[in-house]
Amino acid sequence: MRKKESTFLNMVLSLAMITIVAGFSLGFVNDLTKGPKAKAKLERKINALKLVLPEFDNNPVAEKQLIKSDKFKDSIEIYTALFNNEFVGSAVVGSSNKGFSGLIKIMVGFNPDGKIQNIAVLEQKETPGLGTKMKDEKFLKQFRGKDPSSFNLKVIKDGGEVDAITGSTITSRAFGEATQMAYDEFIKNK
Amino acid sequence: MTKKIDQKQNFLKGILKENPVFVMLLGMCPTLGVTSSAFNGLGMGVATLFVLLMSNIVVSLIKTQIPSKVRIPAFIIIIASFVTVVEMVLEAFIPFLYEQLGIFIPLIVVNCLILGRAESFASKNNLWSSIVDALGMGIGFVIALTILGATREILGSGSIFEMKFVSEDANTFILFILPPGAFIALAYLSVLFNKISIKTLS
Repeated sequence: MRKKESTFLNMVLSLAMITIVAGFSLGFVNDLTKGPKAKAKLERKINALKLVLPEFDNNPVAEKQLIKSDKFKDSIEIYTALFNNEFVGSAVVGSSNKGFSGLIKIMVGFNPDGKIQNIAVLEQKETPGLGTKMKDEKFLKQFRGKDPSSFNLKVIKDGGEVDAITGSTITSRAFGEATQMAYDEFIKNK
Repeated sequence: MTKKIDQKQNFLKGILKENPVFVMLLGMCPTLGVTSSAFNGLGMGVATLFVLLMSNIVVSLIKTQIPSKVRIPAFIIIIASFVTVVEMVLEAFIPFLYEQLGIFIPLIVVNCLILGRAESFASKNNLWSSIVDALGMGIGFVIALTILGATREILGSGSIFEMKFVSEDANTFILFILPPGAFIALAYLSVLFNKISIKTLS
């Protein structure tokens, strides 16, 4: 079979055909995956909520509050957990842009008295094997049960109390900053 | 009439004689970027294998319809479409892997291995040969990335597929997880690979 010749009309037509087919098939796949994608995202959020909050029986996702803040571009998400209609804690999404590779997003769960219940990492792009160790038990456990009003969230090198991850001071610093931000918002909106 | 191709040779060449990573040094960007652990290397390899297979199939099917002056943009559109499909499907159905590879998936578009096979093989050969070529090259790529990832993970984090075999506080060669370690590991592995393959082939 002979190749099509490279006349102007042939080139325009074949490229147009390819882009049209590509465009439509992408739209089709997008439609197909939209539902599962949203579901997967929601599931991840609920799993994170279950991890950072004490037991709850309401639906925090449906009752989330969006707080506008002049310090941060995106509004801050706060999830309130109730058990038998009693306030048992809230989860605040904190973030920092100062990670080793940009944005770090974490969810911090607070008890009603302001102590940290648990922290879950939602989004990060840190170096695998180094910065990603912030998801490890060894690093996270030092935050549990601490009250940020008395526990300095800076790393030891900067005069704080956080034991940084070996080789990932920048990540640890950003993590502390994100936690601090979550705490500030929690106190402001209690 | 094109000359008949020995399909077994066609398949094996991607794994040994023309291994995309260790011999042809193609697709270095994802190779060096994601292989900080064996699992990442494997995931990236499989995603690339899928895109390579699909693009080879499509390019081989429509090769006579593309005027040669615009073939490169046409190939890139085809490849980019499949990469986007992979990204959406992963996000929807395997969110765990998507989280691990997230930022590297769009990079598959600029992997010159895929464009290279479309240009030098699929656009000149029939469908069946192109499929075999894509499978051979893709599997060669998966193997190479997994070996490189495993080497860096063993030396750099003291673990393999996230299973640690040294104590938590042990000093490992962190260098191997960082970008320079990728170059060093790749260089030594290439030497080793070529030495072994030359010996087995001759």
